[in-house]
Amino acid sequence: MAVMEYIDAIRLAMKEEMQRDEAVFVLGEDVGVKGGVFTTTKGLQEQFGELRVLDTPLAESAIAGVAIGAAMYGMKPIAEMQYSDFMLPATNQIISEAAKIRYRSNNDWSCPVVVRAPIGGGIFGGLYHSQCPESIFFGTPGLKIVAPYSAYDAKGLLKAAIRDPDPVLFFENKKCYKLIKEDVPEDDYIVPIGKANVLREGSDITVIGYSLPLHFAMQAAEELANEQGISAHILDLRSLQPLDREAIIAAARKTGKVLIIHEDNKTGGVGAEVSAIIAEECLFELDAPIQRLCGPDVPAMPISPPMEKFFMLSKDKVKDAMLQLALF
Amino acid sequence: MNSNHLTEAQTEAKHKQLGLSDEQVVDMYKYMLLARKFDERNLLLQRAGKTNFHVSGIGQETAQVASAFALDRERDYFLPYYRDYGFVLSVGMTLTELMMSAFAKAGDPNSGGRQMPGHFGSKRLRIVTGSSPVTTQVPHAVGIALAAKMQKKDIVSFVTFGEGSSNQGDFHEGLNFAGVQKLPVIFMCENNQYAISVPVRKQLGGKVSDRALGYGFPGIRVDGNDALEVYRVVKEARERAIRGEGPTLIEAMMYRLSPHSTSDNDLAYRTKEEVEENWKQDGIPRMKTYLIDQGIWSEEQDEALAREISEQLKEAIAAAENSPFPKPEDTLLHVYAGDKEVSAWQ
Repeated sequence: MAVMEYIDAIRLAMKEEMQRDEAVFVLGEDVGVKGGVFTTTKGLQEQFGELRVLDTPLAESAIAGVAIGAAMYGMKPIAEMQYSDFMLPATNQIISEAAKIRYRSNNDWSCPVVVRAPIGGGIFGGLYHSQCPESIFFGTPGLKIVAPYSAYDAKGLLKAAIRDPDPVLFFENKKCYKLIKEDVPEDDYIVPIGKANVLREGSDITVIGYSLPLHFAMQAAEELANEQGISAHILDLRSLQPLDREAIIAAARKTGKVLIIHEDNKTGGVGAEVSAIIAEECLFELDAPIQRLCGPDVPAMPISPPMEKFFMLSKDKVKDAMLQLALF
Repeated sequence: MNSNHLTEAQTEAKHKQLGLSDEQVVDMYKYMLLARKFDERNLLLQRAGKTNFHVSGIGQETAQVASAFALDRERDYFLPYYRDYGFVLSVGMTLTELMMSAFAKAGDPNSGGRQMPGHFGSKRLRIVTGSSPVTTQVPHAVGIALAAKMQKKDIVSFVTFGEGSSNQGDFHEGLNFAGVQKLPVIFMCENNQYAISVPVRKQLGGKVSDRALGYGFPGIRVDGNDALEVYRVVKEARERAIRGEGPTLIEAMMYRLSPHSTSDNDLAYRTKEEVEENWKQDGIPRMKTYLIDQGIWSEEQDEALAREISEQLKEAIAAAENSPFPKPEDTLLHVYAGDKEVSAWQ
């Protein structure tokens, strides 16, 4: 065990997998000599060489498309999108190609590619360095999507994604890179894709979410327990596709009051599907209407500090929503 | 002695100069005719209501077959586009397999009856599965060439597309990537003069082949109706690639003699005279004439071949017609590896 940052856990996962399997390689903009604009791939090119840590031309569709071709050949590419905001040129490659290769070839070909992309705001990134694009890809059969909150999960889920026989989108939260610091094993383990995780056991209200907002929920739960005696149950989805239906239903049943949180905007977001699953499976066991606290339905996050603050979730916003639900 | 040798070399048949035996060049012609007859029959099958759809490659078979013959058909990777019947037949797909696809039967090796005809794929034959959004296969070919370079394999990837497709971003992104990394990939544009209804003059501001200059490798324009010329340039491109000298862009000039697909009335946007004029350029009779001139083919053999193909087509159609459709519930299969996972999701 070593205390490490979320970003170090991601780097370690890639390093271990590249040592384990020669078919694993990283490609993307600035991933080589510079080690990534966030330092996610720092040191990897020195260790593994220019071809396995490949600086590509600035062209996202080619990054994804070349990775898909290499994956069909039998490689295990990790394609890095510098910011998830810039991955839309690659959407056709991801949705029309990667997601459908196994299905359209009747299981003859497969595409074990990983696409890593940093999501989320709170770094004064403005409209185009802050987005959460999960809902664009969510609901596309053939893709798997993970979005870790903890450093432990970041390492374990990335290793699982690299070993997965199908395409996986790995949405890492750029605000979590340095914010989340915890014990992470320095040896081999994976976190299975499709399994949610109870972060905190509780009996009054249930909070379901993924990525950075869980950090606020954990802080708020602590305060609500101390200040009001409210006991919050918190479920980290970890995988957005497939969603862990059983864990979602169990968490909803546990308290009968559910708050769903995410930074991606509310309409058509992952929370809508989570809410629908609960409504389908255990509506009559609820004691309050399902609540959602999400990014507002505006195109993206403005850079001006008060506007960014308005857009972002925070401990106080989450705490207030949790309290209101507890009092219902 | 020397001057005698020289004269002999000069008069040597073109296919022999290129390293093709009589048998190989006759074989090329056989595949060209096979693809033509297959295509014509599929137009009829659709018109007769036996199949749903056909997208045609009539007028393009010469370049398709000739390019396949210039590759290593046992080891290279192929990313054909939806008109490439001549190509996939030449690298080993059978008439029955293609008919299974035309009839959307479970036995279709391309997709198990899931995709439209013309969407090829066979891991066994290293034909990489393709889709309908055009040109997405170009970066895939580059990725396969990158993998080959990483694993130090002496193979190439070969990818085709139309001139309309050459305007997509994936064409430019893929070619540039391959140029930067000097990858063993051959890009062949089948310039058939039309992107459905839009003629080349409204599609291209310049020549497709000239674009290679901007990506740092050779671009070659070739008469796509001249089988031996196409064979020569693809063979040279393959040799360059294997030597580590990088990609080549080939623009094979041809004409789409048939409508875009069975859903298209081409005379709404081009004249009968124009089409008839282009039939005169067709590479298949040109190849036949060459073979007869060389004394390695005859009208009698040609008639026998046509009868043989007709018989093969009949058998392939019967096999496809009599073979089962996929089970309806198989619609749920192969979203992810392992069927259990799929059912758990439903």
